Amino acid sequence: MDIAIIQENLPRLLQGAVVTVELTAASVAIGLCIAIPFALMRVHKNPLLRIPVYLFNFYFRGTPLLVQIFLIYYGSGQFQHFLTRIGAWTFFRDAWFCAILSLTLNTAAYTSEILRGGIEAIPYGEIEAARACGMSGFLMQRRIVLPKAFRLAWPAYTNEVVFLLQATSLVSIITIMDITGVARMIASRSFAFYEVYITAAVLYLILVYGVLFVFRKVEYRISGHLRSPSLIVS
Amino acid sequence: MMNIRGYGWLLWEGVRLTVAVGVVSMAIAMLLGLIGAWGKLSDSRITRSMAGVYTTVIRGVPELVIILLVYYGVPTLLIDIANVSIDFNPFIAGVLTIGFIYGAFSTEVFRGSYLAVSKGQIEAAMAVGMNRSQMFFRILLPQMWRFALPGLGNVWMVLIKATALVSVIQLPELMRNADVAARSTHKPFTCYFIASLIYLVITIVSLTIQQRAEVWANRGVRKV
Repeated sequence: MDIAIIQENLPRLLQGAVVTVELTAASVAIGLCIAIPFALMRVHKNPLLRIPVYLFNFYFRGTPLLVQIFLIYYGSGQFQHFLTRIGAWTFFRDAWFCAILSLTLNTAAYTSEILRGGIEAIPYGEIEAARACGMSGFLMQRRIVLPKAFRLAWPAYTNEVVFLLQATSLVSIITIMDITGVARMIASRSFAFYEVYITAAVLYLILVYGVLFVFRKVEYRISGHLRSPSLIVS
Repeated sequence: MMNIRGYGWLLWEGVRLTVAVGVVSMAIAMLLGLIGAWGKLSDSRITRSMAGVYTTVIRGVPELVIILLVYYGVPTLLIDIANVSIDFNPFIAGVLTIGFIYGAFSTEVFRGSYLAVSKGQIEAAMAVGMNRSQMFFRILLPQMWRFALPGLGNVWMVLIKATALVSVIQLPELMRNADVAARSTHKPFTCYFIASLIYLVITIVSLTIQQRAEVWANRGVRKV
């Protein structure tokens, strides 16, 4: 075990960790913005809204993320002329854009299914109560349905964020220097394979359990109404 | 657009290997899952903490890092500590790694399904004088399937998609062969899109089999 190689390369791996966190944060944030309308469409009565989202989710949940990344990053090359003409080629040429696009679409599919589960688990009485108070559709979604759905779906959403954090390691294959990308580069130069990969694994463990810690804190806060009063006093 | 100039057979070879990797890894994962669940539920603190470390570490590290660690790291580690050089076959490395990773996930599934079997069943088995292995194979396992199948189905769905990752260690499965076809035909979108549709078909077939298996496992349960 060569500790010196780890010490020497730790700053670069930490830079990789920053990239991993940036990719995760960007994809989670944009993915959530897509997932909310998708979840509402997914439970809508109108099949013209429901079925496209169902197919989107089925495709992105049923195929490996690696294929999706390759499909967007390498696959866009097949339409280079068309993409150049509409001025989108500069985006698709960029590995960062393709990475965030594929991670976002992937997490949007999973998150909207999780949110759908939350929406469908809302007791019908609460929706009736909202209607009885005279709330319009949009007001009811904003005040009653979505907050409640989020609270119900939070543990599953925590898992999804952790999976996405781990899934960002795949973008190292399309040349992005996240933790895995940096580790692969250092390993291929120094041949210190297990030292570098174990360090990378430890960094991921810290990130994953850090995210879990934060999300558990949030879960504790948003579930205050479910705790027994004695716990709050003590 | 869907014409990939005779590279279809290459994808077909890849599908066969993907399914083989998936099935063998799933068998390893289930075996490790049963052992892990036994460890987690055992009275000994050492086995409990070993199983705890196994599931905590494996579920917190990306599959890709573990695959790279096993395929490139383990041979160099063995040379460094024991001075033995082994020649790692990508199939064996891939199958062992994927099985090892999803063993951690099936550990939780089996642990949950063991706890879901009512305690009276175990007491009854003891009361009629069964020994531990008789109790396990005759009473526990048949009832655990019923609770474990939905969870194992989920593990399988994630596992079969994770087999795409072993393409990074040059195993010629579906993803790797789609890559080869994409480079040779200069039609990357077509090749990867066909590959993704094949994965989708595998998912659909798996869902159907899972539903059948759940009906089979629930055959002793009265329906409302």
